[in-house]
Amino acid sequence: MKKIWVVARMTFREAIRRRIVLTGLILGILFLIVFSIGFRMISAAILAEASEQDSALTRIWQNESSNFLLLAGLYAVAFLSVAMGALLSADTLAGEISSGTIQTILAKPLRRSDVVLGKWLGFAGLLGLYSLLMAGGTVLSVFLLSGYTPPNLLTGLSLIYLEALLVMTLSLACSSAMPALATGATVFGLYGLAFIGGWIEQIGAIFRNQTAVQVGIVTSLFIPTEALWRRATFEMQSPLANALQMTPFSTLSVPSALMIIYAVIYLVIALVAAIHTFQHRDI
Amino acid sequence: MSVAAIETEQLRKVFGDRAAVIGLTLQVAQGEVFGFLGPNGAGKTTSMKMLLGLVSPTSGRASLLGAPIGDRATLARVGFLPEHFRFQEWLTASEFLDLHGELLGMEKHALKARRDELLERVGLSTFRSKLLRTFSKGMLQRIGLAQALLNHPALVFLDEPTSGLDPVGRRLVRDVIYELREEGTCVFLNSHLLSEIEVTCDRVAFIRHGEVVRILDLASLDQNQSVVTIRAAGLTPEMISGMGRWGENIQPNGEHVTLTVHNEAHVAEINRYLVAQGADVFAITPVRKSLEDIFIETVGKDGGL
Repeated sequence: MKKIWVVARMTFREAIRRRIVLTGLILGILFLIVFSIGFRMISAAILAEASEQDSALTRIWQNESSNFLLLAGLYAVAFLSVAMGALLSADTLAGEISSGTIQTILAKPLRRSDVVLGKWLGFAGLLGLYSLLMAGGTVLSVFLLSGYTPPNLLTGLSLIYLEALLVMTLSLACSSAMPALATGATVFGLYGLAFIGGWIEQIGAIFRNQTAVQVGIVTSLFIPTEALWRRATFEMQSPLANALQMTPFSTLSVPSALMIIYAVIYLVIALVAAIHTFQHRDI
Repeated sequence: MSVAAIETEQLRKVFGDRAAVIGLTLQVAQGEVFGFLGPNGAGKTTSMKMLLGLVSPTSGRASLLGAPIGDRATLARVGFLPEHFRFQEWLTASEFLDLHGELLGMEKHALKARRDELLERVGLSTFRSKLLRTFSKGMLQRIGLAQALLNHPALVFLDEPTSGLDPVGRRLVRDVIYELREEGTCVFLNSHLLSEIEVTCDRVAFIRHGEVVRILDLASLDQNQSVVTIRAAGLTPEMISGMGRWGENIQPNGEHVTLTVHNEAHVAEINRYLVAQGADVFAITPVRKSLEDIFIETVGKDGGL
C-alpha cells in the first residue's frame, strides 16, 4: 500500500517537473478568459435583443442562454479532459519499458500492480485537478457574470470527470501492452466511434428510428464516453431546454443509470486488464 | 553451509521462436565476485533479468539467497544496475536515490544517511541538487551504481557497469567491487571488458548461446602460470635438449625458447645451466595466458554467432 503511494507521488512529481501541470494551468486560464469574454459578449447581445419585451420573459431568455453557453463551455472542457487523460497515460508504461527506466523500479520489492495502481492514482489526481480548474472555472465565470448555476451541477461534473477517468484508464491498459502511438490511435478511435454513434442515436431518436438508437447504444458499449457526456448534459440542462428538445445539448435518448454503472464496471475492468497485462510482460 | 547467492537449474527463455537462454545451470556462492562472460547476444542480460524477476523463464528453476526468484522480500536485499542505465531524468540526484530507497522500503533516517554516504562515495556530492537531465553518461552510471547499493545488498547485479565510463570512473567501479567483496557482498558482473573481469572476479562463467560452456577459477589461473619464454644468444641444440631436465614442450625460435616448467624453482636452475654452458641470457619471462585468449578459445573466434 505504501509503495502505491510512493509511485503515485512520483507520477505527480513527474507531471510537475515536466511542466505538464504548468502548461495545463496556463492554457486552462487562457481558455477561461476567452470563454468569459465570449460569454459576456453573447449575453449582452441577447439581453439587448430581449430588452424590448417584458422582464419575466427576459429573465427566462437570460437563463436559457446562460445554460446553453455554459454547456457549450463544458463540452469543450469534457473533450479537453478526455484528451488530457489519454495523453497523460498513453506513454507511461510503454515509454518506461522501452526507455528502461522501469527496470530499476521493478527490481525493487514491490508488486507490479503497485506500479500500475500508483500511476493510476497519480493520474486520477492530476485529472481531478485539471477537471476542477476547467469545469469549475467555467461554472464559476458563468455564475460571476450572470448569477446563473445549472441544475444537478455536482452530478454533471462528476460524470465529466468519470468520462476523463475512463479514457485515462483505457489508455493506461493499452499502454501496458503496446506503444504510445498505437495506444493513442486505439483510444481516440474508440472515442470517435462512440461520438458518431451518439449522434446517430440522437438523430435516430428524432425520427423514432429504433435501429439507429440501438447502433448508438452498441457503440457506447465499446466505450461509454459519449453516453456519460449525454447523461451529464441531461442532468445540467435547463428543464425548459430539455422539454423543448431543440438545442445540440438536448438529449432525446437519455443514457440510463445502467449505462453509468456499465461505465464504472468498464473502468474497473480496464484497470484490472492493465495490471494483468503488465504483470505478465517481459521487461 | 550457507545458502548459495544464486542457484539456477536449466533456466531457459524462449522469445517467439528464438531461444535466448537455452539452459543455464549455475551456482554462485555468497560473498563471491562472479563474472558472466560471453559474446553479444549470448543471453547474459536475459539471464540477469530472469534472476531479477523482470523476465519470466520459459522453464527451469532458480533461487536468489535461498528464495525462489520473484520473491519480494529477497529483492529488498538485492541491488541492480541495468545496462544502458536510464533514469527519471526529471529528478535530482538525491531525489532519485530517495525514490529508490523508498521503493526498497528503507526507513527515512537510514535512507538519508546512506544516500549522503553513497553520493560521497561515487563522487557526486556537489551535484546532489542537479537534475539528472543535466548529467553526463559517466555521472549517470555513477548515480546508477549508488542506487544499486542503497540497501547494503547481500547480492548485487551489475550489467556492464563500466560501459561509457572514463578510466577514472572505471577505477571507481573496480574499487567499489573490491569494497563489496571485503564486506562479503556477492557481485554478479556482466561485462565485455575482460581486463576488468580479470582483476575483479573470483570466478567466471563463459556463456554461449545461453549455456555455460566453461567455469573458470581465476585464482587457479594465476597458479598455473608455468609457461616461460627465454631470450638468449648462443643457444646450441645440446643446450635446448638439455633444458628437457626441467621442462617440457620446448619450442625454440631463433633467440627465443618457450617451454613449460613444472616448478618455479626450475626457472633459476635453467638460468644457471644456460649461463654455465656459455649462453648469454637476456630475459626469462613468464607467459601469461590472458583471459582474452581463454575467451576466444572457449567461445570461438566467431563470437558464437
